[in-house]
Amino acid sequence: MAEALLSVDKLTMRFGGLLAVNAVSFDVRAGDITALIGPNGAGKTTVFNCITGFYKPTGGRIIMRQPEGGELELAGMPGFLINQRAKVARTFQNIRLFAGMTVLENLMVAQHNTVMPNVARGLMAVFGLGNFRQLEEAAIEKARHWLDRVGLTERADEPAGSLPYGAQRRLEIARAMCTDPRILCLDEPAAGLNPRESDELSALLMSIRDDGCAVLLIEHDMGVVMRISDHVIVLDHGVELADGTPTEIKANKHVIAAYLGEEDPEDIVEIVA
Amino acid sequence: MSKALKDAGISALIALGIFGAMVGLPTVVGPGGKLSLDPQPWTVAIIVAVVFFGRLGIVLWQANRKPRVKAKSTTHSKYTVANVAGPLLLAVAVVLPMAGDRYLIDIGILVMTYVMLGWGLNIVVGLAGLLDLGYVAFYAVGAYSYALLAQTFGLGFWTCLPLAGLLAAFWGMLLGFPVLRLRGDYLAIVTLAFGEIIRVVLLNWTQLTGGPNGISGIPRPTLFGLKFTLGDGPDTFAGFFHLTPSITYRVAFLYYVIFGLALLTNWVSNRLRRLPLGRAWEALREDEIACRALGINVTTTKLTAFAIGAGFGGFAGAFFATRQAFISPESFTFIESAIVLAVVVLGGLGSQIGVALAAIVMIGGGEVFRDFNEYRMLIFGVALVVVMVVRPRGLVSGRTPSVSLGRGGHIAADMMSEGHG
Repeated sequence: MAEALLSVDKLTMRFGGLLAVNAVSFDVRAGDITALIGPNGAGKTTVFNCITGFYKPTGGRIIMRQPEGGELELAGMPGFLINQRAKVARTFQNIRLFAGMTVLENLMVAQHNTVMPNVARGLMAVFGLGNFRQLEEAAIEKARHWLDRVGLTERADEPAGSLPYGAQRRLEIARAMCTDPRILCLDEPAAGLNPRESDELSALLMSIRDDGCAVLLIEHDMGVVMRISDHVIVLDHGVELADGTPTEIKANKHVIAAYLGEEDPEDIVEIVA
Repeated sequence: MSKALKDAGISALIALGIFGAMVGLPTVVGPGGKLSLDPQPWTVAIIVAVVFFGRLGIVLWQANRKPRVKAKSTTHSKYTVANVAGPLLLAVAVVLPMAGDRYLIDIGILVMTYVMLGWGLNIVVGLAGLLDLGYVAFYAVGAYSYALLAQTFGLGFWTCLPLAGLLAAFWGMLLGFPVLRLRGDYLAIVTLAFGEIIRVVLLNWTQLTGGPNGISGIPRPTLFGLKFTLGDGPDTFAGFFHLTPSITYRVAFLYYVIFGLALLTNWVSNRLRRLPLGRAWEALREDEIACRALGINVTTTKLTAFAIGAGFGGFAGAFFATRQAFISPESFTFIESAIVLAVVVLGGLGSQIGVALAAIVMIGGGEVFRDFNEYRMLIFGVALVVVMVVRPRGLVSGRTPSVSLGRGGHIAADMMSEGHG
């Protein structure tokens, strides 16, 4: 088994008296789709927010291994550096696109740090200095690539806010991918999608994984989770309940009990499956 | 080539039409106080020739320039407000001082100052979505920077102008730091306080700023060393060009200085909007959290917006000081911030042409209605309310995409976020 790309070690997040996440540990391996599941309020999004720097965990470590060797501690690192340096990208449960900007512009903003490595270079570009032109053209090329992959080339110049819901979800994934991540974190990407759109999403996520980007996903649609995941982690009330392959999880009594609050696994297996 | 020649020919004809009458047929006062025409065919011929070859050169240069690969920077639909009103306003602005009416030029200078301030504030409020109620502070910093540098070190206007801009930008960053975490109403209140603090400091630091007495005798700008005084020595504008000394030259010169500065502001902000920095500002206005998730350093992005916006405020301030030759804290009260913000909001957040139109309506309109005395502000207020009811997102709303794959158009304002501070 490959070494873990991201190791979450005894992650704890406390909001005042509420213990939202209690000593959760898991690994995300390169080349895997890892799913984080659990009932509402289990602490999944909190774990996400800790990994992507939106919360500073109250305990535990989050280690990202670098391809050139070396490790980065993500706990407490400013959010933008987690994307810029550690190469962790994310999407949001309630879509957060730049609604008033076009689809293409959304993808260009995602490549901000490539096109403008620092403020001085950004200001030099005002006077046409530096290699801004080449960088911008390369960025447009990459944006085109992702537009093709999510099927939005035809709508590239429309404002992102005018896209239908499913397309907005795909655009958000494309935008995250434009930052060249090593781990893509998706917060309920299949929410609100119809079955056909879910299938397209599954195919897209698998193609992203096959390109070598690890995928970490929170999802309630068990069909999607069980079909595409290589590795599933179950949370409930902030504690880790189970960790294993989809088949193992489907058979796990604790998981079934947590999801349905019953002790009789027999007639529940079918529902989870 | 023939298309270029035709284009240049048309431009030359227009130039002939405009300058033929204005430059070619000046009236001179004859010996008996009689007015007579003094035709200047050669001057006109030179101007027309310059326009012809200039236009020809531009057209050929544009044709030979390497075309932008694949993606066009922006696309223009043919008859937008910006495309029609823009050139029209520009043409009027260029020829305005040639009318020679002192009062008109003075109003022009005033309007142009607010256009420039509006464009500067537009970077902060319109693009980055950061509500700034203390913009006048940077105007004041610019004005006092020039006044003090000129008085203490005897520096000239053109040396001090960039310094004033830099100092104002520095203060913009200084303001930026404490307010980085604030949003919306809270940001507005703190920037408002900052504006007041600067004014109160200027009022009370008597040794440096002269307190309420202000600073007088601020030097006027020169044109490559030529002064605009009422003498006719060789170092004055009138003397050098063998003209009758007149105060109008100085006023017209000031007009063109602020006109140039305003155009610079417009050019820089238009250009920035299409660069990653400007795009990041707009993204910040749309959704700050998404920006962070995409690896954009929100702190730097906000600070650059504050600094660049403030820098242009500083330029305008230096100009204000040199134009008035006297400044005091009274010129930098909150009402100035409010007017500039009103210009931006009325014009439409983020819209360059909208801000220019709004400045003309608000400042120019205010002058026109001066005869109504105390009812002036009433009319003014009612007009503002009506405009905001009819066009809640400003006179010219929406935005043009900064980059497109060729099918780009206009994005309606209701799609856009106004920013949350």
